[in-house]
Amino acid sequence: MWAYWVSVPSHWREIPARYRLEGGICKNCGHTMLPKEDVCPSCGSRDVVTKQLPRRGKVVNYSVVWNAPRGYEYYTPYVVALVRLEDGTMLLSQLTDIDPSQVTEGMDVEMVLRKVRVSGESGIIAYAYKFRPLIKSD
Amino acid sequence: MVFIIGAGVLKVGDHWEKSLRNLVTEVALAALRDAGEVPVDYLVVSNSLSGVINGQENLGSYVASHLGIAGVPALKVEAANASGAAAVIVANSLIRSGEAQRVLVVGVEKMTDYTSLEDSNTAVSTLIDSEYEAFHGATLDSMHALVMREYMKRYRINREDFSHFPIIMHENAVDTPHAQYRFKIDLNTYMSSPLLAEPLSMMDVPGLADGAAALIISSREEGPNGNAKIVSFGQATDRISLYSRSSIVEMPSIRAALERALSKVSEFKPDFYSIEEYSSVLGYIAVEELGLARRGEAYKLFREGEARRDGPIPVNPEGGSKARGDPVGATAIYQLAEAYLQLAGRAQGWQVSGARRALVLSIGGLGSNSVVHLVEGV
Repeated sequence: MWAYWVSVPSHWREIPARYRLEGGICKNCGHTMLPKEDVCPSCGSRDVVTKQLPRRGKVVNYSVVWNAPRGYEYYTPYVVALVRLEDGTMLLSQLTDIDPSQVTEGMDVEMVLRKVRVSGESGIIAYAYKFRPLIKSD
Repeated sequence: MVFIIGAGVLKVGDHWEKSLRNLVTEVALAALRDAGEVPVDYLVVSNSLSGVINGQENLGSYVASHLGIAGVPALKVEAANASGAAAVIVANSLIRSGEAQRVLVVGVEKMTDYTSLEDSNTAVSTLIDSEYEAFHGATLDSMHALVMREYMKRYRINREDFSHFPIIMHENAVDTPHAQYRFKIDLNTYMSSPLLAEPLSMMDVPGLADGAAALIISSREEGPNGNAKIVSFGQATDRISLYSRSSIVEMPSIRAALERALSKVSEFKPDFYSIEEYSSVLGYIAVEELGLARRGEAYKLFREGEARRDGPIPVNPEGGSKARGDPVGATAIYQLAEAYLQLAGRAQGWQVSGARRALVLSIGGLGSNSVVHLVEGV
């Protein structure tokens, strides 16, 4: 059943978005999105093209999951967050490399590629974006 | 005109000894008996998770077979927790179009065949966006938690302020024979209940439950046990993924559904409200979207007791999803069956005294699909 394991094609076709934040931008209203949609969710235009989204952003809101679904138990407790990227694009992602009690709203984060879930003993291991606290190099 | 002429409700809870087919048959037969054993010419099944949990789809034929009415046209309608309300819209439309005279609408969810929380979390996670929310480990609970945190921040209220909602829901459910949790809770119970997804705790959401409820809907007033008229309805959707909405503490689909329902009537003043609320915060937002309280102030309605069954604005006199229980695809059928029993004066022990009109709001998938029904006693 889909809900229980991620199949190869269902993950493979999302790789541009999940591995490197390839999203979309509406040529009519400038709205950016992840994933790229066929129709702009903001203005309804069908003129949407691929756009590389920035890898940095801020935590807008978050929750700590203590009660995980199948395939995510290993990470419990983990943080799911609403992240606003530097260009304004919103997405939902896990945070990583941080203790849940250290997460704050407004904190700067950057994208990294991490293991998101395993699908049983014989299923694929799905990698995708997670966000970690921004490491400043000054 | 479209009337509810009979109903059946099973106790919400753990029915280990009953399968999907047992639940659905038992409640459908109860509703048919209630309506005076009338023949039906259409069957609409309301369900949300049978494919994921029970490995059973094609529920129209499945239910018709087990009810011994194979041959009758039948289909399944799905809209998350609002599935039942959507099913009644379909039944209503079949009658209005003249295609059917009487429709059996039966809602069912058999959830306890999953015995681990991981599995049931996986199942209800199918109600949010699977590829860009659930894939990242988000659960229905954690999405409600995001809304709750935002609501607390925006309106500067505390976790404690959410306790008033479940306290009243549990108080109401004590008197409701078919409710899942017929016991009271207090502030201490609320504050000490385990966190599911911070800041959301176990006392903010319903438990896992099996349930089935059924309605007989007819083109005319008939039957031995009283009728209620479906005056109007309205439905609206919102984006399924929370992260792509402009505000997560407003649910414009509720507003739009209400406006559509009201646009078809000259005046409708409800004597009580039935609100399907998966969490305390969604209950508050719903109350605000219905215009019963200002934004951020819904908690006062519950704290001051106005929303009590004997108050001026009764909300969920049977205990709501929190305490009556929330068998997802069946929940909205419970709501409409309860509204019918109230309006027919048959809600013994949990009756809203003198109730003539009910507003029934069903919300699917965190405000992504809302339905309002206006129902009146005849």
